[in-house]
Amino acid sequence: MPTITYELADGTRTDIKVDVGANVMRTAIDADIPGIVAECGGAAMCATCHVYLEKDSASAFTTISDVEEEMLECVAEDRQPESRLSCQLYVPEGIEQIIVRLPETQG
Amino acid sequence: MKFQQQPESRSHSYPVPVEGVTSLDFDPYASEVLRDPYPHYEMMREAGPIVWLEKYGVYAVTRYDSVRNVLTDPETYCSSAGVGLTNFHTEEPWRQPSIILEVDPPEHTKTRAVFTRILSPRALKKLTSTFEAQAELMVDRMIEKGVCDGVKDLADAFPIKVFGDAVGVPKDGREHLLPYGDMVFNAFGPANDRFKECLANLGPATEWITNACQRENLTSDGFGAELYAAADAGDISHEDAGMLVRTTLSAGLDTTIFTMGNALVNLGRNPDQWAVLRDDPKRARATIEEVLRYDSTFHSFYRTTTKETELEGVPLAREQKVLVFVASANRDPRHWADPDRFDVLRKATGNMGFGAGIHGCAGQMIARMEGEIALRTLASKVESIELLGEPILHFNNTVRGYTSMPMRVTAKKH
Ligand code: HEM
Ligand code: FES
Repeated sequence: MPTITYELADGTRTDIKVDVGANVMRTAIDADIPGIVAECGGAAMCATCHVYLEKDSASAFTTISDVEEEMLECVAEDRQPESRLSCQLYVPEGIEQIIVRLPETQG
Repeated sequence: MKFQQQPESRSHSYPVPVEGVTSLDFDPYASEVLRDPYPHYEMMREAGPIVWLEKYGVYAVTRYDSVRNVLTDPETYCSSAGVGLTNFHTEEPWRQPSIILEVDPPEHTKTRAVFTRILSPRALKKLTSTFEAQAELMVDRMIEKGVCDGVKDLADAFPIKVFGDAVGVPKDGREHLLPYGDMVFNAFGPANDRFKECLANLGPATEWITNACQRENLTSDGFGAELYAAADAGDISHEDAGMLVRTTLSAGLDTTIFTMGNALVNLGRNPDQWAVLRDDPKRARATIEEVLRYDSTFHSFYRTTTKETELEGVPLAREQKVLVFVASANRDPRHWADPDRFDVLRKATGNMGFGAGIHGCAGQMIARMEGEIALRTLASKVESIELLGEPILHFNNTVRGYTSMPMRVTAKKH
């Protein structure tokens, strides 16, 4: 079973075991991980589910769609090359661990 | 128009309802249900994760998890057969299907991207100060009057002004938008007397809205103009742009009006909750979220199966309509603690008042912003709101709100 590791802005980490296909935003919400707001519930409208992917994790995911690209322009904390919207990320097959860092603020 | 599935090619027909599924003769569109739907929702939720509604020949889901599962699986539960009771694959729709709400990917993705850009949080920031100034004017006028109508003076007036301006439609005649929206939301249900009466009384509304959506009648800097600019850029066709202006108007006005009215009614009925907001107006955004959960505006709509599938252990044939009760999911005790309590301190995110999944409301950020600004302004300036008599409920097949709400407001002392 793959693991998603959420790293808060203060450095604390939480590991959660998930099935392949799990959504990175929804997993965080279900586990009450602070730092992801997800106001729009995954409709790609709010940009409050911003995360930074660790390098090795980044290549595992599908590329950024036009809609996500638009929303990434609206994130509250600096957009970096490794910025993604967690609601658009589904755990792919063949990866053991995904590490996402959470920004200090979502807006 | 494309047909995904012809009716005669239904691969398999199961006896409906399948054995073991509770079959109800319940009519969710009956006036006595619309008056207070929640005990009926509880009855359906407790009858099972999926029930059969005999009167309409549809399955219904009412629990949080089953509603979410249907809405987040658009490949199995599509929108292109219409999100109302009518199956567009097999019956003639009353109007042309919407090219965002009633299409599936990949067509949907293209249109949706245009809306995402135009209605993004970044695009909306520009509107904040204009919206705030209007809200102040309106709340000041309510305070001056003392005895006022929460619906007419704020819930109606504010979106008609600021949303109408933001889209860029002519100022005169905007009242025609309300019966048109009423019609659109009635049409998600059956062709019952409520629908027929609404259609018969539309009057000049359709003509007004058709004119208002034409490029030359729109301001040069609103969402309407931006939709036509997207057509100039080749993202959509010019005909599509006109249709999307219409969608924006029909989806975006009655809904925000009703939501704001529902907020006022519930705050009026729960003075302790009003006091929380009044003492901390920053809670306005969370309050709107709780209003959408507790007293949802949009109650139900449909999906249609694209293939044989199984839902909550029940086998479904292709082309089966499934009625999705988001308002019931928002009160499901399996998901929410003390769901029947209106609590503005609650974390109500995750409610499905704006739907969920790829068709989740494209206008939700501006809707939240309108609601937040109106409530925050009210809470900053007003000490108490007191309902004077029962608010007048509006009956519509799928959306819920009020048309009048006499109330007394008193100003905060500074
Ligand atoms: C509080 C007010 C509102 C509520 C409760 C609401 C509710 C909803 C719901 C439940 C859906 C999903 C329907 C489905 O899945 O079949 C939806 C879709 C939609 N809404 Fe809203 N809405 C509101 C305001 C607005 C506004 C202000 C706009 C326009 C600016 C808008 C435009 C749309 C559009 C275009 C869709 C279709 C999205 C798609 O299919 O991808 N709505 N709305
Ligand atoms: S949850 Fe809103 S954009 Fe991801």
